[in-house]
Amino acid sequence: MADKKKLESSFKNMLIVLAAISLVSALAIGFTYTKTKPAAEKVQLEKSKKALEAVLPAFEKLGDKYEAEGCRLTPAYKGEELVGTAVEAVSNKGFGGDVQILVGFDAEGKIHNTAILSIKETPGLGSNMANPKFKDQVNGKDPENFKLSVKKDGGDVDAITAATISSRAFLDALNKAVAAYRSGKK
Amino acid sequence: MSAWKEFTKGFIKENPTFVLLLGMCPTLGTTTSSINGLSMGLAATVVLICSNCVISLLKNVIPDKVRIPGFIVVIASFVTVVDLVMQAYLPDLYETLGLFIPLIVVNCIILGRAEAFASKNGVLLSAADGLGIGLGFTMSLTILGSVREILGNGSVFGFQFIPENIDKILLFIMPPGAFIALGFLIALVNHIKNRKAA
Repeated sequence: MADKKKLESSFKNMLIVLAAISLVSALAIGFTYTKTKPAAEKVQLEKSKKALEAVLPAFEKLGDKYEAEGCRLTPAYKGEELVGTAVEAVSNKGFGGDVQILVGFDAEGKIHNTAILSIKETPGLGSNMANPKFKDQVNGKDPENFKLSVKKDGGDVDAITAATISSRAFLDALNKAVAAYRSGKK
Repeated sequence: MSAWKEFTKGFIKENPTFVLLLGMCPTLGTTTSSINGLSMGLAATVVLICSNCVISLLKNVIPDKVRIPGFIVVIASFVTVVDLVMQAYLPDLYETLGLFIPLIVVNCIILGRAEAFASKNGVLLSAADGLGIGLGFTMSLTILGSVREILGNGSVFGFQFIPENIDKILLFIMPPGAFIALGFLIALVNHIKNRKAA
């Protein structure tokens, strides 16, 4: 093997080889992308369905989505009765990027449950946001009389240990959801 | 040089983390728990084996002057493919690991093995080298992650053995703890190596 001569580093050779490698790589990625796309979309769809089921009280069907204050709201019905509304909200105050959450309100406007849709927080610290110990603090609370900010900022929520910024980002998104829910309520 | 020798050297003698001190960015950044360390290690191992094989096949075709860009394109493509496949078929694993996958591209162990080994040796040896170094890396990351999780969170692989309400040494989950734990582990590995040599 070692005695085989390497291709000379002429301009033409370098150009051809790099172009060929890039082309083959691009084809391989494109092929994988098209092959995995249906499965990836299904996973995404299932994830959002699961998230909706997790944050809302038991419902029979979902209504049409609508927008308010830059958030997407999904009403949920049982028969003709509105049982809750799910609000998708994003905060850009995260430690590692956007924090995207889904908040479910019940018919009385109390927070039913929350779910983390996507975060890029520090694994092991900020990512503990998804831990029920932190996020379930707001469940069943009425935003009218429960202050949605960390105790350090005079609120009612215990921050995640060593991840105050992530906790604030979560609550920032939550407050946006509350605002959107109030203005978008029919 | 047998394939077996290339395989085993990755664990102690040329352990990428504790001896060669390569790939420090993913090592320090991702080892906040044992499971994170293990997953990062395994993902890097898969990419390392694939890239080592391809690069050893291409070694006579790539002109010397453009070998680094060539290697990087190959490595980045593998990382993207692994990323896409995981996203589609292993969504649960992707949830915990998704953040780290793109980091593999900048893991200098992979480029380092491509340059130091795969571009000079045959496919079989390169695959053995990739597997050995990759598993060595995985082992180191798992150990480091476990040490940090035990000290910082009182659990290992998510199994809690110190009750939640007792204070743990939180520092070890945070970045400074990564440096401290790594320092002590390197000292330990050096001690073992010295005793072996004596």
